Amino acid sequence: MKPAPFDYYAPASVDEALDILSEKGYDIKVLAGGQSLVPSMNFRLAQPPALLDLNNIPDLAYIKPAPDGGVVIGAMTRDSDVEHNPMVAERFPVILQAMPFIAHPQIRNRGTFGGAIAHADPAGHLPAVTLALNARYHIRSKNGDRWVGCDEFFLGPFTTAMEPDELLVEVEIPALPARTGTSYHQMARQAGAQALVGVAAVVTLDPGERVAAARIALLSVGETPVLAGRAAASLAGKLLTPETIEAAAEAAATVDTDPGGDIHCSPEYRRHLIRVLVAKSLEEAGERARGKRG
Amino acid sequence: MSELVKVQVTVNGTRYEHTVEPRMLLVDFIRHELGLTGTHVGCEHGVCGTCTILLDGKPVRSCLLFAPQANGHEIRTIEGLGTMDNLHPIQEAFREAHGLQCGFCTPGVIMSVLPFVEQNANPTEEEVREALDGNLCRCTGYQNIVQAVQLASEMVASRKAEAR
Ligand SMILES: Cc1cc2nc3c(=O)[nH]c(=O)nc-3n(C[C@H](O)[C@H](O)[C@H](O)COP(=O)(O)OP(=O)(O)OC[C@H]3O[C@@H](n4cnc5c(N)ncnc54)[C@H](O)[C@@H]3O)c2cc1C
Ligand code: FES
Ligand code: FES
Repeated sequence: MKPAPFDYYAPASVDEALDILSEKGYDIKVLAGGQSLVPSMNFRLAQPPALLDLNNIPDLAYIKPAPDGGVVIGAMTRDSDVEHNPMVAERFPVILQAMPFIAHPQIRNRGTFGGAIAHADPAGHLPAVTLALNARYHIRSKNGDRWVGCDEFFLGPFTTAMEPDELLVEVEIPALPARTGTSYHQMARQAGAQALVGVAAVVTLDPGERVAAARIALLSVGETPVLAGRAAASLAGKLLTPETIEAAAEAAATVDTDPGGDIHCSPEYRRHLIRVLVAKSLEEAGERARGKRG
Repeated sequence: MSELVKVQVTVNGTRYEHTVEPRMLLVDFIRHELGLTGTHVGCEHGVCGTCTILLDGKPVRSCLLFAPQANGHEIRTIEGLGTMDNLHPIQEAFREAHGLQCGFCTPGVIMSVLPFVEQNANPTEEEVREALDGNLCRCTGYQNIVQAVQLASEMVASRKAEAR
């Protein structure tokens, strides 16, 4: 099918974009990489009366070091530019580990880091990865700006804490402490297909190799990306052994989540995947933390 | 109908200027406005890959861009490779290795792997399969496409060496 008619705005600056957003509010949709929005317009699932194209605003595409060892990624940075950035690779290898699972290279050449987060697909890789990394999202409107933490940002399927006149402008990922390891694993029916379950794990060990902190984020298991808080808490102060890992995976699959089924995946299979993938991610993150690799 | 917008693009080295509705997909612009029907259109939601073109040198889905978004940019399509008498090495490799049957998927496959072939002289089968993961083919079973891409990589590399 073909999209319904719309008015097209392509401002060259963020200020101009914010003016248009404040004027149009609910009657305009932001167009970033278009890799989620355009398919739904082609099917007429979405029929926005107007589009605000951000692709002519070069100021929104950048990857900058944050002073403390973190990184700040502009909303319009293409997935493929993040995937091939040496600083991201060094500081946050978990982003690199997840990237190849996002659709296909042609789609990552166009899709944006900010677009994936604003889209808030519960099956999206980047919402969950940035949730595991404890990111903050910088949001601007004509009336000012604010930062929203990842724990408060995702409210439901495709629903975030942003108002219609607000724009996501950048994502800040804070530095990882010493002795921190990360890992990402997922299962899909075929390369580039939506993940049945995905897990991002960030584990910090103390000098005695006991777990000082852990964040485990899951995708495709609920209405938003889900932080497995009980699983993480079960590891606090413990060595990572097959037994403690198994207990954490069990908590993730039974206490932290209550996954539903669909035509591709029964609830039982999804629980099974949660157990297996959480265990695998924790094991790998633990190994990397011991090796002091990110 | 919404207000018409002007689109200025360079396609395969030729400059075009057309006025279109903003909702016109880039793939329809290329096919219907410019008459370049080598770029095919299948699923219209980014899955099949047959509409893949190079936008400023990078493979993208032309069914997931609106024509006005190409304004001021450079596009390369399958028509911009070889001619009937003088095939591009990647086209020659596809003929040589029987990398196509009906040919519906072929323009998208070739534009998807063109930068890959230019950058990898001797890719493994695994690397080639990864580079091809965004293109569906209903005929070949992929085996001959993989071999054609490997052959194309060798041919491009040896032409570069000859030119030196
Ligand atoms: C075939 C195919 C398969 C895919 N498979 C996967 C997959 O397996 N896993 C996965 O994670 N993703 C997948 N994707 C989605 C892809 O990664 C998208 O790029 C991403 O979800 C959205 O990013 P975008 O830049 O394309 O955003 P767009 O499609 O342009 O926008 C998405 C939504 O976010 C809003 N928005 C975008 N940017 C902003 C902003 N800066 N401020 C406010 N609102 C904004 C838009 O208004 C829109 O509602 C797939 C895409 C395709 C085409
Ligand atoms: S028509 Fe564009 S990917 Fe299928
Ligand atoms: S050759 Fe027929 S679809 Fe690929």
